[in-house]
Amino acid sequence: MKKSSIIGIVVIAIAIAIIISTQSNASSYVSFGEAKEMANNGSNKKIHVVGELKKNEMGQVVDVYPSDNKLTVSFVMVDDNNVEQTVFYNEPMPSDFLRSEKVVVIGGYQNDRFVADKILLKCPSKYEETAL
Amino acid sequence: MVHTGIGNFGHLLIIISFITSLMAAYGYFKATNNNEIGNSPWIKFGRVLFVIHGLSIIGVVATLFSMIFNNYFEYHYVWSHASKNLPNHFIIASFWEGQEGSFLLWLFWNALLGFVIVKTNKKWEAPVMTVFAVVQAFLASMILGVVFGDLKIGSSPFLLLRDVISDPVFLINPDFVPKDGTGLNPLLQNYWMVIHPPMTFLGFACTLIPFSYCIAGLWTGQYKEWVRPALPWTIFGAMILGTAIIMGGYWAYETLNFGGYWNWDPVENAVYVPWLIMVASIHTMITFKKSATALKTSIVLVITVFILILYSTFLTRSGILGNASVHSFTDLGLSGQLLIYLLFFLAASIFFAARVWKNIPSSEKEASTYSREFWIFIGALTLCLMAFQVIIPTSFPVFNKIIEMFGGLSTLAQPADQIEFYSKWQLWFAVAIALLSGTGQFFFWKKMDKEKLVSALTFPVLISLLLSAAIFVIAKVTDPTYILILVAGMYSVVANGKILFELLKSRSYTLIGGSIAHMGIAMMLIGIMFSEGYSKTISVNTLLISKEWTEEQNQTNIPLFLNEPTFMERFQITYKNELMQVNGIPGYVRKSNLEDTEDPYYKVAKQQLKVENTVYAETGDTVYVQSPENFYYQVDYKDMENGKEFTLYPRIQVNPQMGDVLSPDIKKLAGRDIYSYVSVKPYLEKDIEWGEKEEIEVKVGERFFVNDYVADFSGLERIEDVSYANLGPDDVAVRANITVFAESGEKYIAQPIFIIQNGQVGKQPDVIKEIASKITIESINPDTGSVTLGLNTTQKDFIIIKAIEKPHINVLWIGTLVMIAGFIIATRRRYIEFVKMRDKGVE
Repeated sequence: MKKSSIIGIVVIAIAIAIIISTQSNASSYVSFGEAKEMANNGSNKKIHVVGELKKNEMGQVVDVYPSDNKLTVSFVMVDDNNVEQTVFYNEPMPSDFLRSEKVVVIGGYQNDRFVADKILLKCPSKYEETAL
Repeated sequence: MVHTGIGNFGHLLIIISFITSLMAAYGYFKATNNNEIGNSPWIKFGRVLFVIHGLSIIGVVATLFSMIFNNYFEYHYVWSHASKNLPNHFIIASFWEGQEGSFLLWLFWNALLGFVIVKTNKKWEAPVMTVFAVVQAFLASMILGVVFGDLKIGSSPFLLLRDVISDPVFLINPDFVPKDGTGLNPLLQNYWMVIHPPMTFLGFACTLIPFSYCIAGLWTGQYKEWVRPALPWTIFGAMILGTAIIMGGYWAYETLNFGGYWNWDPVENAVYVPWLIMVASIHTMITFKKSATALKTSIVLVITVFILILYSTFLTRSGILGNASVHSFTDLGLSGQLLIYLLFFLAASIFFAARVWKNIPSSEKEASTYSREFWIFIGALTLCLMAFQVIIPTSFPVFNKIIEMFGGLSTLAQPADQIEFYSKWQLWFAVAIALLSGTGQFFFWKKMDKEKLVSALTFPVLISLLLSAAIFVIAKVTDPTYILILVAGMYSVVANGKILFELLKSRSYTLIGGSIAHMGIAMMLIGIMFSEGYSKTISVNTLLISKEWTEEQNQTNIPLFLNEPTFMERFQITYKNELMQVNGIPGYVRKSNLEDTEDPYYKVAKQQLKVENTVYAETGDTVYVQSPENFYYQVDYKDMENGKEFTLYPRIQVNPQMGDVLSPDIKKLAGRDIYSYVSVKPYLEKDIEWGEKEEIEVKVGERFFVNDYVADFSGLERIEDVSYANLGPDDVAVRANITVFAESGEKYIAQPIFIIQNGQVGKQPDVIKEIASKITIESINPDTGSVTLGLNTTQKDFIIIKAIEKPHINVLWIGTLVMIAGFIIATRRRYIEFVKMRDKGVE
C-alpha cells in the first residue's frame, strides 16, 4: 500500500473518532418532559433546558426561593412547552436573575429533583441599553 | 446642544470610503487584466483611490474618537459605550466595545497594511490590492448605515440617540442630550481591553495578506511565486494572532474566577481554529520553498485561514451563538450581510482555485519517510485535525440553524463539560505536535537516513528522559498521561535546543526562529500540564458552611471572620478589611471610612485618610471614586514555613450589566501562583439580620460599650443637609459623633443621624460592619443633656474565600514569550529573503 493511502486512512479514522466522540459528548436542548424521560431511561447526561421564570398575571416573577443564608436558590421555571419544574441550584442566585428574559439551565434530574449545574441568562440589557 | 454636523461628516466619510474602495478595486482589477506593473494609468487610478479610501477610514476613526472624547452623548454609539467617569485609556477602549467600532478597527488595520503593500511590493500591487479593496468594500458596507426602502445596509456608529431609541423625552424636547453615557461595561474596564482588541484585529487583518497573494497568484498564473512575499506576513500574522489569543487567556485568568485561562467558549474557539491552520500553512509554505512540494496544500490552507476568520466573524457577530456563548456581540441585524461576505469569498476562492487547479505544479513522487517534507506534512495534518476537532462542536448552532431551514429539528448543544471534552483531545494532539516538532527539526537541516537519524536523536532522547525523570521525582508526577506530556514536552525542548545550539555555534543567527518558537510551544505545553493537571484547591475546610451546599462546596471554601487568623495549608490567613479605591490615594481606602453621597462617584471621608504619613483627605472632605462598583477584600497571608508575608486583594464587582463579578487576586511565588477569590458575595447591608435592640443613655464625653468594644461619644453636631431628605427652614438634622476602638488600635467612626422634619422624627442609623453593629439615635434628652442610643449587633463580618494553587504556570507564560520571540526572528528572516529577491527584480 502506498504511504499516502495509509496516512489518508489514519486521518479519516481520527476524523471519524472525533465525530463520534463529539456526538456522544454533545449535550442537547430539550424540554423538561424529554429530560425526565431520559433520566427514567437511566441516562445521566447533562442537558440544556431553555425557558423562563414563572410569572403571575401581573408579569411579576414568582416562586423564587433563595435559601435562608442566600447561598443557594430554588425556583420554578417554565419551559417552551409550558411545563413547570422546580429547579435547584447550589450556588447563590445570579444577580439580574429576576430581570432575565430567558434562562438556560444546564444539568439534569437527580432522584426526581432537577438540579442545575450552570445557569445562563439572557438579559435584555446585557450588552447594550435599549432605553434611556 | 445636538452636534449634527460632526456625525454627518463622519457618515459622509464612511460613504466615501465605501465608494472609493469599490473604485479602487475596479482600477486595480483593470490593471491586473492588462498585466500592468509600476506606474501605469489604471494602477495609478487604483492607488489614488485606495489612498483616499484609507485616509477616509482614518478620518472616520478620528471623528468617532473626537465625539467620544468630547462626550457627545446625543450619539447612540457614544452614549452606549462611553461615559464621563472613564479615565483616558478606557475612553480609548470604549471606541471598540461595540460592533461598529470594532469593524472600524479592522478597516483601519487593513488600510494601513494596504499602504505597506503598495509601498513595498510594486510587482504584485495590482492583483493583491484588488482583493484588499474588495474586502474593504465589504467591511465598509457593515458600517455604511444606508437604507433603501426596507433594505438596511450596515449599521453606522454616527446615529443620533433620538433616531435609535424611542423615548417620550424626545417628543417633548428633540434636542435632549443625556447628561452622561452608560459607559464601558465595568467588566471590560481593564488594561487588557485597551490592548487585546487592537491586537486581535491586527491579527485578523494580517490573514488578508497571504490570502490576497494566493488569490493574486492563482489569478495571474504565478502559482509558485506568491509564496515568497506571502510567507513573512503569514508568520507575522500568526505571531500577532497568537499573542492576542494568549492575552485574552491571561485577561480571563486575572479577572474571571473559573480558575483558568481558557474556557473553550465558542468565541475563543473561533479564533483558535484559524490560528492553528495559519501555523500549519506556514509549515507547508516553508516545505514548498525548500522542495517544491505541498504547493496545493499551502493554497488550500491559506485560503482556509481567511475563510475561517470570516466564519468566526459571522459566528460572533450574527447572533447565531445566542445562548451558546457568554461573550458574543449583540445582534445588529447584520447576519445576512455577514453571510454574503463569507459566501462571496468562499465562492470566489473556490472559483479562482478550481479554474487553474490542473495547472498547479505538484510533485508526483512520494516523499520519503526520512525527508523533512514528510514529517512537516504530518505535523500540518495534525494541526488541521486539532482545528477540525474544535470547529465541529463550535459549529453546533450553525448545524441546528441549517437543519431548521430544511424543516428538520436539531437540538445539539455544547458538551456540558466543555473544558474536559476539548482538553482530552487537544492534549493528545499537542503531544504529537511536540514529538513531531522535536524530530522534524533534524530533518530540516540535514539529509537523513536511518542511521544518521538514530545517532542524531539518541542524545536528545536520552537527555529529555533523564530530565523528565528528575522532574517526576521532584514534582511527584505520577499520572501516566502527564508523564507522557512531560516527556514529549521535554523532548521537544531538548531537541530544538540542540538545533538552536548548533545554529548558534555556526553563527547562523537568522535561522534560529523555528527552533525557538518550537521550544516556546513545548514549554507552554509543560506549563499547561502542571498548572491544570496539578492545580490544587488549598482552601480546604472541615466546617459546615451551609447545609444547602454540596459536600464539595463545603470542603473547598473557607469562611474568614474579620481579624481572626485562620490556617489554610501552610499559610496563616486573616481577613483584614473591606476596601475601595479612591482617585488620588495610593492603594485602597477602608469602605467604612467613606460615606455615600447622592452621586455614587463621590464619597465623604468619615475620618482623616492617610497613607504612610501623607494625609490625602481630611474628615468631611469629598473624594472621587472612579469605580464605585468595585470592592476589595484584604486578606493577609503569612507563610508559616518561612515567615514570608504577603497580602491579596480579591475583588467583587457589583456590575448591573453582567451580574456580580468575583475576580481573583494572584500572588506569583517561585514555582507556583496562589490564586484566591471571594467565592460568595458578602451580605449587603440591607440583608443583614440584626439582633434585638439594646437602648442606652449616654452623655457627651462618656464612654460605653458597643458589641464589647469601647466607644466614645464626642457630641452632637447640627448638619445643614441630608442626602435623602429635603430639609425645610423649620427642620433640624443632628448627627452624633461616636468613635469605636477596635483590635490593634483600629478606630471606626459611627455617625447616626436624627432628623425632625415637619414635626416628624426620622432616624438614620449608622452601620459599622467591622464591629458588627448598628447604632441609632433613639431620642435626644435636652433636660439631662444626653442621648439615648439604640444598639443592634449581628454576626461578625466574614467573607468566604476559595484559594487554588497553580504550580509552574509561569512556564506557560515564559513559553509564550519564547514562542513570540521565535516568530519575530522567523518573520525577519523571511522578510529579508523577500526583499533580496525583490531587489534583484525576481519578484
